[in-house]
Formats: sequence, structure tokens, C-alpha cells
Amino acid sequence: MTKPSDMNASPERQYVDLFRQVRPMLARHSAPEMDALRDEAFSFFEAKGFPTLKDEAYRYTDLRLKFAIDYGMNLNRLEVKVDPYKAFRCDVPNLSTSLFFVVNDTFCARPEHLTALPSGVELMSLREAAAKHPSLLASRYGKLAGQSQDSLTAFNTAFVEDGVFLYVPDNVVVEKPIQLINVMSSTVDMMANRRILIIIGENAQAKLLVCDHADGEANYLSTQVAEIYVGRNSVFDYYELEETTANTTRVANTYLSQDASSNVLVNGVTLTNGTTRNHVNVMLEGENAEIMLGGIATVDRRQHVDNNTVIQHRVPRCTSHELFKYVLDDEATGAFAGKVRVNPGAQKTSSQQTNKNLCLTKQARMYAQPQLEIYADDVKCSHGATVGQLDENAVFYMRQRGLSKKEAMNLLMFAFVNEVVDFIRMDALKDRLHLLVEKRFRGELDRCGGCSKCKYE
Amino acid sequence: MKLLEINDLHASIDGKEILKGINLEINAGEVHAIMGPNGSGKSTLSAVLVGNPAYEVTRGTIRFNGKDVLAMSPEERSREGMFLSFQYPVEIPGVSMVNFMRAAVNEHRKHRGLPQLTASEFLKLMREKRAIVELDNKLANRSVNEGFSGGEKKRNEIFQMAMLEPTLSILDETDSGLDIDALRIVADGVNKLKTPETSVIVITHYQRLLDYIKPDIVHVLYKGRIVKTSGPELALELEEKGYDWIKKELGE
Repeated sequence: MTKPSDMNASPERQYVDLFRQVRPMLARHSAPEMDALRDEAFSFFEAKGFPTLKDEAYRYTDLRLKFAIDYGMNLNRLEVKVDPYKAFRCDVPNLSTSLFFVVNDTFCARPEHLTALPSGVELMSLREAAAKHPSLLASRYGKLAGQSQDSLTAFNTAFVEDGVFLYVPDNVVVEKPIQLINVMSSTVDMMANRRILIIIGENAQAKLLVCDHADGEANYLSTQVAEIYVGRNSVFDYYELEETTANTTRVANTYLSQDASSNVLVNGVTLTNGTTRNHVNVMLEGENAEIMLGGIATVDRRQHVDNNTVIQHRVPRCTSHELFKYVLDDEATGAFAGKVRVNPGAQKTSSQQTNKNLCLTKQARMYAQPQLEIYADDVKCSHGATVGQLDENAVFYMRQRGLSKKEAMNLLMFAFVNEVVDFIRMDALKDRLHLLVEKRFRGELDRCGGCSKCKYE
Repeated sequence: MKLLEINDLHASIDGKEILKGINLEINAGEVHAIMGPNGSGKSTLSAVLVGNPAYEVTRGTIRFNGKDVLAMSPEERSREGMFLSFQYPVEIPGVSMVNFMRAAVNEHRKHRGLPQLTASEFLKLMREKRAIVELDNKLANRSVNEGFSGGEKKRNEIFQMAMLEPTLSILDETDSGLDIDALRIVADGVNKLKTPETSVIVITHYQRLLDYIKPDIVHVLYKGRIVKTSGPELALELEEKGYDWIKKELGE
């Protein structure tokens, strides 16, 4: 383990020093295509620093304190000692999925799971991908993320050593959903910088579910950058499900580029967490592309979830739907920002954004920021955001029929978030989420099933 | 045997006193009608009986089967056998009638020390009870009251009453917004559910419903008090003459 040093300086300082110190090691442990972007990304991060509350995109999420923690990073690529297939059972069992793991930042796969994938489909570590598909990696890695002005994306590019590569060639349909489980597992405070590169060819179909778990009581911070390319006429589902701990910070940046007539569904569920900041940036690059972007956050205690989304309509005749729902209890805080940008000339754009939030206590806080930037005149765009409480009349009505107040509230909260669950196109996940959300509201999700040690403070 | 005893009940909402000393006794098996002009406190009385938290009881007692009702939560009152057919049933989008009723029935069974119903037992019960008010299967599969017509909502109330088999049912203007066919179906439903042990309070403005659900006793509620109590003939007299003569009797 390598530790960032000098805790008393600015939170950036320790990482700047660390970077210089471990620069040769980073090069040794990563693919040349990844290493090539490192220095530029680092300079960008060094110049810009961590985002502060003054940055529009981070107005409600201050991550500097989270980065100030003295985490270890497994820069030396020490081998993962546990067999994740034995040690972790995900709380989404019986999904007929091909199952793979990322332990901290290391991809783990059993050969029998890999051979079960349809022929031509490639799922491997980025390092392996660099050897097998150097031109794909060189032409796609960092290309979407590199357009971003986000310093945490640059931070990830600077420090990342490995990640996951998924490639679905043209005309291939992957019937079985693929499941990837990110596990943070360490006895000491730990940071992992993860990377995902997904390339879906033309006329192809696939579904990927990425679950985040955290094992034990340590402080964890993960940065994740996902770059997703979806080709012409392809259909891709990208689900994220976070069930981590109060000591976990997740910073995820997802960049999605869609070609003509592609249809993509992105759905992010935060069931349990500490501090989460998800950014999804959708670039609609080909006509008649369609994106359904949704999310659920159920937060309590002092948890924090920030979903920051951007949908860019760059060409005419694309459709975007957005639906985010939060249930905030105790002193939890939530933020949602949804920017929809319709470029000049992107006529016949259809865009609809909805953000609905329930604050169960007076102390819970929700910050909703719908934002439309429209530079074309023949478009159909709408947005709506609400922050409210549970309908007291409905609660009383149900109590009059014999349901306890808690049970009545649970049914209402369940109904509230179900609208998002119901557009999931993976039946096993849908059924499982119905159950998990219910368990969550009943307070029975304090431990994420298989990760036996994991619980709240 | 006394099922319900209300003694000197005072209640207010937002600091405004609505009920100003209600006294009422209902025996097991009796049907009582409560009539009265608008704003006299009829709906407040029904709301207070079932524990609507919007109202504050400032004085008096309510006993149900000898138990102190005011010490019970709304759900306990329900499980003890008190049922309100709401004047304005609440729409609950996303909560299916089936899940709602399964939760309710099982809470009642738990309260009585009975085992939970299996899925097939429950669906059989739903089918039987639906027939009582001719409630369409489609409605039973929808979200609670969502998109129901006025008549369907009222039928759905009586359907829930059939599912929960209360010993005291309070029908708060169940006739409002019903056409004559729906009124008959709803009233027939109530009559079918009537047993010698169960009691009903019918709150209504009109004689019409009382043609179908025959009251044993009729009360007039006025300005938060019961000012007249008599037999079923009182309802006919009110239908004919209105409330002015009662106000005169009271010296107004």
C-alpha cells in the first residue's frame, strides 16, 4: 500500500506529491494507451484542484474533506487475496447474469463465465484489452472523458491503473445481462480509481448491471469514470445499484455517446451509501437516438446523494426522458441537477425531465436544479421538479383500514419510487429492486446480504 | 349491549371548536342515522371517532366495546372493528388495491390472533367480497381509488368494509355523488353485511339512502350538539319540512 503523505496541507497537496513520487510505478502498472493521457490529466487536476462549492456542478457536494482522509491506494497492484466469487454474494441473487467482479480496482473473472459470453464479445481488464485491441483502446479510451472540464475525471485519469473493458461487436445480441460487482474491500482506509470502457457496435444489444458494495468498516473512496459508446441501431441498458456503507464516498462520472437510432437506458439506484456524487453526461450524436435516464435515491441519517446530469442534443430528432426520484429521511441531503442542452440546429428534439422528491423530516434537504438550454426553435421540451411530503390524507386513509403508520408510509414511498423501477428492462432486476426497496424502507437493508461484515455505524 | 358510548365529546380543528358536547349511545345491532344541516359537525364526528389526527379532542370520552377509544391509534381502532366509509375516498397512485387490502386484512387477522391468509385464500376472499358490491375485477387490480368514478369509489369503500367485517361502520355521506343504481348497490351491500352484532352509523342529508338502509334511531346534529333524537319517522319529517322547525324549537 502506498500512502499519500502530508495530511496538513491542502487536500490536493498530498495527491500532487504522491503522483510525482509514484509516476514511474503508474506507468509500469498500466497500459501505454492509458498512461499516455496521464500527465495532461494530472496537469489539469493540479491547476484546477478539487471542486469546491463555488463550482456550479458541485454546489451541493463538498468532496474536499472526503479526499483529505489518508487513504491507501493499491498502486503496487498487490494481488487480491480473496476469491470474490466465494467471499461476496451480491444482494441481487438469482439474476441470470454473467457475473464478474472488480475488487477495489482489479477485474476478476472466472474463465467459465467468460466463455459463456457470445462469441466476439470481449470482457476483460483494460490492461488485457491493450494487448488484444490496442487500436480500439487508443481510439476510444479517454476520448469522451477528455472533453470534460471536470477535475475529478482528470484525477481519475491521472491515477487509474486498470479497469474493465466491454466490447460488443456489430450485429451481436448479448441475451444474458452481464453483472459487474464493484467491491471495496480492505482493512484500512482505501481509495480505488476505477475505469470502465464500453464499446457497443452497430445493430448490437447488451445489458450491464454494475453493483457497488463495500465490505467492513473502513473509509472508502472510489472514483469511477465510465465511457460508453453505443453504435447505430444498438440497444444498451446500463444499470447501477449502490449498496455501500456510511463510510463510503463514491464519485462516478459516466460519459455516454450515442449514434443514430440507438436506444439507451441508464438507471442509477442508490439504496444505501455514505456520500455519492454521480455525473452522467449523455451526448446524442446521431439522429433518432433515444435516451431514458433515470434514478432513485433512498437516503437517511446523514447520507448524501447528488445526481448531476447533462443531456446534449447535438443533432435533430433525438428523444430524451429523464426521471429521478429521491426519498430523504432524517438529516439526509439530496441534490439533482438536470441540464438539457439543445444545440443550434437540433430541431424536432423531444425532451422531458421529471424530478420528484419526498422529504420525510423537516431536517432532510433536497436541492433540485432543472436547467434547459435551448438553441433551436422547433423542439418539445418540458421539465418539472417537486419537493414534498407524503400525502397525510393517504396515510390516514390506510391507517383507518388497519395499517400501521409506518406500513402506510412504506407503501406510499414504495409506490413513489416504483415509477422509476418500472421502466427497468431487466425483469430479474426489477423484481429484485421491488424487494430491495421494500426492505430498505423497512430498515432491513442495514447489512448488504452477503457482505457479512458490512453495517452502518 | 352497548357497542359505542360517547360522552360530552368536544373537538376542534385549528383551534375552532366544532363538536360541543356530543352524547350518543349505540347498542350492538342498531342502525343510527345522523342528519343535520351543512356545517353542523357530522363529518367531524365521524373523523374524530376514527382518530383523524387533524382534529383535537378537548373534552369527553368515547368507549367502544368498553375500551377507551381516545387512547387508541387510528389503526388500533380499525383493528378493534371501527370502519369509516370516507365521504371523499383518497386516491393513492401506485399502491394496488390488492396489496393494500392484503396488508389491511392481515393486520386485522394478526390482531385477532389468526394466521395470515395464503395468496390463494386471499384472492378467493377478494372475489367473494367484490361480488357483494359488484366491483369489477379490473378496479380491484388498479391503484387505490385512482381514476375511479364517484360511484366506483363509494362501492370500493363498501368492498373494503366487506373485507374487514367491522362491528361499527360509519358511512359518511356514502350516498353523495351516487346515481340511483349505484345507491341501491351500495345500500344492498351494507344490508348484506349487516348482522345482529354489527352496528351502523349513517351520516346523510337525505331520506333517500334511509329508504334502503333502515335506521332504528335518527339524530339531528346541529351546531356541534345532538339536538333531537327520535325514530325513523324523524327522517321523513326532516325531508318534508327541513331544519327550520328544529331551529325554532331551539329558540332560534
